[in-house]
Amino acid sequence: MLQITGVSRRFGDVTALSDVSLEIRQGEFFALLGPSGCGKTTLLRILAGFESPDAGSVTLDGADLLGRPAHRRPVNLMFQSYALFPHMTVAKNVAYGLERERLPKAEVRTRVGEVLEKVGLTEAAGRRPHQLSGGQRQRVALARAIVKRPRLLLLDEPLSALDKQVRAEMQLELKRLQHEVGITFVVVTHDQEEAMSLADRIAVFNAGRVEQVDEPVALYERPRTPFVAGFVGAGNLFPGRACAVGLAADGLGVLPGASDLPDGTSALLAVRPERVRLAPETAEGAGTLRGEVADVSFYGGVSHVSVAVPGCERPVLVAVQGATRARPGTRVALSWAPEDGVLVPQ
Amino acid sequence: MTGSTVVSGAAAASRSRRSRALGRLVFLGPGLAYLVAFLLIPLALVLGYTVFRRGRFGGVVYEVTGENFTRLLDPLYLEVVLGSLKLATIATVIALLAGYPTAYLIARLPRRWKTVALVAIVLPFWTNFLVRVYAWIVLLSGPGLLNGALEKIGLGPYELLYGQGAIVTGLVYSYLPLMVLPLYAAIERLDPQLREASANLGASPARTFFSVTLPLTRSGVVTGCLFVFVPSFGNFIVPELLGGGRSIMVGNLIRDQFLKARDWPFGSTLALALLAVLIVLLLLQAWSARRA
Ligand SMILES: Nc1ncnc2c1ncn2[C@@H]1O[C@H](COP(=O)(O)OP(=O)(O)O)[C@@H](O)[C@H]1O
Ligand SMILES: [Mg+2]
Repeated sequence: MLQITGVSRRFGDVTALSDVSLEIRQGEFFALLGPSGCGKTTLLRILAGFESPDAGSVTLDGADLLGRPAHRRPVNLMFQSYALFPHMTVAKNVAYGLERERLPKAEVRTRVGEVLEKVGLTEAAGRRPHQLSGGQRQRVALARAIVKRPRLLLLDEPLSALDKQVRAEMQLELKRLQHEVGITFVVVTHDQEEAMSLADRIAVFNAGRVEQVDEPVALYERPRTPFVAGFVGAGNLFPGRACAVGLAADGLGVLPGASDLPDGTSALLAVRPERVRLAPETAEGAGTLRGEVADVSFYGGVSHVSVAVPGCERPVLVAVQGATRARPGTRVALSWAPEDGVLVPQ
Repeated sequence: MTGSTVVSGAAAASRSRRSRALGRLVFLGPGLAYLVAFLLIPLALVLGYTVFRRGRFGGVVYEVTGENFTRLLDPLYLEVVLGSLKLATIATVIALLAGYPTAYLIARLPRRWKTVALVAIVLPFWTNFLVRVYAWIVLLSGPGLLNGALEKIGLGPYELLYGQGAIVTGLVYSYLPLMVLPLYAAIERLDPQLREASANLGASPARTFFSVTLPLTRSGVVTGCLFVFVPSFGNFIVPELLGGGRSIMVGNLIRDQFLKARDWPFGSTLALALLAVLIVLLLLQAWSARRA
């Protein structure tokens, strides 16, 4: 439905986007994930018409999008800062877009009422933006964008200004809303958990380039580039060369992994923290790696144990269900199943 | 023992309060003294004069009368007040229409050029006001520069100087920077994303201007209009030089009452009327600012 082909944009000597191509399908919840400054906002601004690319093309349902002025595009953007009109009430803000379509007053009123109810702001209809909490403002911005029933809804870090609890609620709400209204969502985020929980597919950006486009699970379990392996989920990465049973790691010996790379290829082995098994050093069958517990943090459902392994630059991270008996200073052995070690060409 | 600490504590508090009041007086003193000596006292004198009679050969006869105020309603004078109101209003409207696009453009320039443009806007203030108004005589007069140019292309000469048009031109020229600066400040403060949000919701550029940009820069519009209107309304130099010396505006009338007719009481009454109009305007502005 939305076809982005070879889009590039430079600002002076900063390359914000470099040859970006993406295809986004009808009704999809698509996430653009990447660290701050990697060009996500720039891409949304190009789609919305506030910025034009130096090269490339964008089509929506087969028709060229870039030639149309911003106010004639069937695309709505929810701004990172919300950009609510401070001199208008909540209801006026939401009605603004419908009034531009010259709809009859009665219809505007019903649709505004409906959408305010959907986001739970019926009571706040008469208030001004500065009288609202952060979460409420965010919902007004969302209501204002979806009330137009656009073909495509762009959300720029919609939840980044909210605290953790409200955020979880809003994630559920966004997801529910997307099912209800059936609009194609493109959401920008730098939070990989958020992208994972919301999106049908994720495009990982790095320095203006698309690194990988995949479904969340595939992205998590089969990262295809070192950047994705490092950025998506705090993974453990070991550099070395591919071999028949995994990776010949620099200074650590052979580590188990599933490999379809030719032997000797320079590669990274990525192992998810929750896939690493922790055992006392004395346990039988030994482990793949040995080290000393450096730090333990308890997060309620899981505990993170970081283990200093001689020969590894960074401590190896292990996620354990519930609490753990490991204490800083304990000597431990680490192991994982070969299918949990993913080889990423470097 | 507790009692004595309480007492000494209270004493210390009152002492520190007194020293703070003293501190304020030191800071406020000079400005305050200046205002009392050169604004409040003359103002009180002017107010006082309005209820007395003029002396036969100038001066004031301290004999209470209301005739200054009845004279104010004389069509002869009322017309001058209304005429000034009209000229100042026209000048303000023109300055607003010319100043808004200028301010808008400057606010959207790259930072470096903004500074250059702002300096250019205030540059005229570095030369003497009288000199600048005289320059307009050279431009507009019968055989002046503008008529010369018009004649070259087969038009004119026109009577450009000595009329209401010349006065309005002079007023707009003189006070345009005072319009541009507050407008610039208001437009500069406006989040550009609000304009983008408006376009994103389907508003044409014109709609965005009238629904978002203008309402959100209203404070700048009100302030700028006040800054132009107030000095225009009471102006006497511009009408004197460009208007042909007749008493066309209240400013000239007041000046003439004091210096030529030597009728201080009536001059004071006219000044009071001028002040009343301006105070009403300031109240309107305060009200509008409170609403925003
Ligand atoms: N208008 C602009 N002028 C100059 N540089 C810009 C502009 N917009 C974005 N950039 C630069 O482009 C890069 C990408 O920015 P952005 O798209 O906002 O990143 P993100 O949204 O992923 O954090 C950044 O380095 C930023 O500084
Ligand atoms: Mg951004």
